[in-house]
Amino acid sequence: MSLESILSKFTKAETNLLEILLQYQETKTDHAITEAEVGQIAAYLGVTETKVASVISFYTLLSMKPKGRYVIQVCKNIPCFVNEQTAITRTLEKILGIHAGETTANNLFTLEYTSCLGCCDNAPAMRIDGKIYANLTPDKVKAIISEYRGRSS
Amino acid sequence: MIEMRLVSKRCGIINPLSIDDYQKADGYETFRKALARDKIKLIEEIEKSALRGRGGAGFPVHLKIMGLAKETGPVKYVICNADEGEPGNFKDRYLMENDPHAIIEGMLITAYMASATKGFIYIRGEYNHAYNTLEWAIAEARRLKLLGDAILDTEFSFDIELRSGGGSYVCGEEFALIESIEGKPGRTRVKPPFPTQKGLYGLPTLINNVETFATIPLIIKMGGKAYARIGTKSSTGTKLISLSGNVNEKGVFEIPFGVTIRQVIEELGHGVANGRKLKMVQLGGACGPIIPEYMLDMMIDFERFEEFESKTGAGAIIVIDDRFDIFDILMNVVGFFEHESCGKCTPCREGHQQLRIILQKFIDKTAGVKDLVSLESLARVMHQTSLCGLGQTSPTAIISTLRYFRDDYIDRMDSLIL
Repeated sequence: MSLESILSKFTKAETNLLEILLQYQETKTDHAITEAEVGQIAAYLGVTETKVASVISFYTLLSMKPKGRYVIQVCKNIPCFVNEQTAITRTLEKILGIHAGETTANNLFTLEYTSCLGCCDNAPAMRIDGKIYANLTPDKVKAIISEYRGRSS
Repeated sequence: MIEMRLVSKRCGIINPLSIDDYQKADGYETFRKALARDKIKLIEEIEKSALRGRGGAGFPVHLKIMGLAKETGPVKYVICNADEGEPGNFKDRYLMENDPHAIIEGMLITAYMASATKGFIYIRGEYNHAYNTLEWAIAEARRLKLLGDAILDTEFSFDIELRSGGGSYVCGEEFALIESIEGKPGRTRVKPPFPTQKGLYGLPTLINNVETFATIPLIIKMGGKAYARIGTKSSTGTKLISLSGNVNEKGVFEIPFGVTIRQVIEELGHGVANGRKLKMVQLGGACGPIIPEYMLDMMIDFERFEEFESKTGAGAIIVIDDRFDIFDILMNVVGFFEHESCGKCTPCREGHQQLRIILQKFIDKTAGVKDLVSLESLARVMHQTSLCGLGQTSPTAIISTLRYFRDDYIDRMDSLIL
């Protein structure tokens, strides 16, 4: 969906800013909002570009830095941490060849940490593009990643 | 059996996507009957029930409803706080995914009591499934004229809008949440005025937690007095507990207040996993106290928990076995809050960085007496001077371990350093 068509669903009220950003970013394969788009949104709502950028930088789920096609978010809060989460992160770092906060050279995966996903009863957990994977083991993680790799080839 | 399933009685039994299922299980019946009753009488039932907020702070619910009812403006808001970001808590997600109409019914009854006109449910951005479930439930309720204009052909109009969070823990704080609904970064405001006086868009607003709303139809149905007979004197009713960490059976359990932490871990959680020994338990979530094994016979109760200068929290119990050191846990907790601090007030913004630096000295065994003193005083200063609940409660884990695990700190100190 184009930015214009998303904007047209909203009134020109500043209070719609967060909703617009969340909905628009959802449509982008690089999970990021560009400087030009910030300008376009600011002009539509009649607010400064700084204002739009400040909202993007405040919220973890919004970004101006392009990410890979699939964003892998690993929970590292205590309930996951005490249930072998570090082994999950190590496995991901090894098979992807990147550290948390980085994107693979082919732009397929970005690895990041997330705060609690509310899956503490099935820890450790991670989320890939909104889909939750829980009760993870290193073997399970390997299978999930190969499945995503297969999807894109 | 120590479980008492009242609020969660339909969870896992009915199809959450079917409004018919909910209505067959007496759903919306309490609301229909409430529409014919006197509003003040209804609020009095909540007062008799002595219900306290289930989101962590434990504020008496009837006071908030009465506060909103007394405001006279034409537009008044009711907000359901579904920004369940406290690590170790997942009971709100459980309710939203398994019984969404109970939350809507609770909001409807509350709105009717306080003559509110518009509702919002603010769901954290990480909860896709809960969002979709509620979106469907709201559409179904509108279809049956339970939401919208002239509900069930009465004079009462009320509708609910869903809002998604952007991945920010602090937005669970009521004013940060209001700022976020207004489209802004979630930074808290100075109180007073309180939200019931000047909340969303500067208008009177009542904010309650998911579980609180889901409890309201139950209280109106069974009567406040009957509800108050459950639980303890200072904490009436039942509480949903999110049990996680190193236990055999993790999950959401509903218990009457007064059950001990040990009972929850042993009877519901079937003990520590893999036959290991329990080292510590964190209560409430990342913002809660860490206690040793010998304190597990403590009752789950608002008054007891105030001993930790902390609240009951939203009801998380995180069990941690003896493979872990308190510093593993504390560094994780401090790192979390350092990331989630909104940066508005100094004690919270700067304090977490300093806490991390001092804790690192204990990990490196280069800490001296001065560091122990600094850690203690910094934690207190943050607790006392931070603007909102985030910075006020985040040092609780440190304050409690300094009390109950002091030897662990002493062991990590270098006796040659002052």
